[in-house]
Amino acid sequence: MRRDHLNSWLLATPLTIILTVFLILPILLIVAVSFWTADEFSFRPDFQFGNYEYLLGSAVAWKVFGLTMLMTGIVWALTLVIGFTVAYFLAFHVRTLKWQMVLFLLTTIPFWTSNIIRMISWIPLLGKNGLVNQTLIGAGLIDQPIEWLLYSSFSVCLAFVHLYTLFMVVPIFNTMMRIDKSLIEAARDAGANGFQILTNVILPLTKPGIMIGSIFVVALVMSDFVTTRFMSGSQLANVGRLISNDVGLLQYPSAAATSVILLITVLLIIGAMLRIVDIRKEL
Amino acid sequence: MEPRPRSFYVLGAFFALFMLFLYGPTITIAILSFQGPEGGLTFPLRGLSLTWFRELFMEQAVGDIWGSFGRSLVLGLMVMVTTVVVSVMAGLAFRRHFPGSTVLFYLVVGSLVIPSILVSMGIGLLFDRTGIGNHWARTAFGAQLTWTLPFGILIMFAVFNRFNPAYEEAARDQGASTWQVFAHVVLPLIAPALVGVALFGFTLSYDEIARTILVSGSRNTLPLEIWGMTTNVTSPVLYALGTLTTLFSLSLVGLVILTVTAIQRRRARAGSDAGKGLV
Repeated sequence: MRRDHLNSWLLATPLTIILTVFLILPILLIVAVSFWTADEFSFRPDFQFGNYEYLLGSAVAWKVFGLTMLMTGIVWALTLVIGFTVAYFLAFHVRTLKWQMVLFLLTTIPFWTSNIIRMISWIPLLGKNGLVNQTLIGAGLIDQPIEWLLYSSFSVCLAFVHLYTLFMVVPIFNTMMRIDKSLIEAARDAGANGFQILTNVILPLTKPGIMIGSIFVVALVMSDFVTTRFMSGSQLANVGRLISNDVGLLQYPSAAATSVILLITVLLIIGAMLRIVDIRKEL
Repeated sequence: MEPRPRSFYVLGAFFALFMLFLYGPTITIAILSFQGPEGGLTFPLRGLSLTWFRELFMEQAVGDIWGSFGRSLVLGLMVMVTTVVVSVMAGLAFRRHFPGSTVLFYLVVGSLVIPSILVSMGIGLLFDRTGIGNHWARTAFGAQLTWTLPFGILIMFAVFNRFNPAYEEAARDQGASTWQVFAHVVLPLIAPALVGVALFGFTLSYDEIARTILVSGSRNTLPLEIWGMTTNVTSPVLYALGTLTTLFSLSLVGLVILTVTAIQRRRARAGSDAGKGLV
């Protein structure tokens, strides 16, 4: 028995080393730095709670955390509804396995291409002289181009949905495909209509997939700074940008304190989700 | 077959709209990258030309595109190989419960959900303070592994959850050593999944920004170069670059799909002789 353990440990060693050097140590360092002192030009080791006091006393920081949570909630709801609908169509309305796979591949392919390019792709559509404004003006629906299509909270939200709906589709489709079709027949024989089957049979059985997708989407949106910066034209703030701005100004202790609070928030939310689903069993 | 319900057509239309939403923007910049020399970032097309593609190949046109592409390519391959090897080893380890396996598993999940900016900033600081220094082949490599390894390991979980140990037992009964069982039985069976892990490893690295941004050292990777270009390049050359790099990624995906189908065809043809005759 002990030889088995030794074997497993040896096999797990490379993973453990990589995660120790590039994950645990850096995070521990951030926790340590969050207690350091900074002045305008440098920062030095210390143990004081000033960075946290400043952060938790800042109305701006609270507002930015609130906005980040709000954006996460909206994107989560949108990706869930769209992702569930797409997965439901693929799993229960497309009849042959071959077509299911072809259409499923089609939904996943954009995942393999560059996120930044996919964000840039919205410029010719949503810009002030973009296709959407040109079309609306051409149709006589508006006189002035709509300004808030690009570089706004709207475009940030749109880009999130565009980039991350896939993270919902894949796990939900995966759990749906494993639902025993005879359960659905049984429900139908018992007199349930399509909608009742959806809400009473399929939805509860799909919960693990929904949870896994939600974990991805929440983690990605909560900690984003790239999409928010690009799609808002640097106009919208979120927690990730708060941190990256501090880093830009070399205010590492302040950035570290914000990071620790963000990390705790994300881990609490994800931890709550993990209580509902056992990831290892669902793979 | 029974007739399709009305919901099929409603959902089908929804799916078609979703496809338009997914692919529309990419197709738009692909068209606009052929913009004439006078053309801008939006429609109308002022003629058709290859101007913007040509500009990419001119020296010192816009940033260090080809240098950064080369680095991204090498880094992607490094991350790919490491992800495949380490994921397979960890996947094998996790098949049995061992002391510490639960902690390690939650660490892997943690690696996936931890805000990228923390990974990037933490590694950047660590290697800076210890004097080792940040370099794309060292710190960016490590930072990207914290993102690609969880995907690789979760895939290996999915593979080994469905793996029938009877094949291994049969091989062992025939006298195969542990290594022979792995090399001749397990590895060929999991090969298609490994092609998938490799694709994850390469493309996630090739497109990564959030974890790489503070740790690439003095030289950029391609996504970081593009990220920098977005603030100062305002010509369709950005679209031309986007089109080329998207085509590059798509051909990789195509290659992987072809490889996996070929493996499966070969298996279907030569795999089993069950029911084909008497011995």
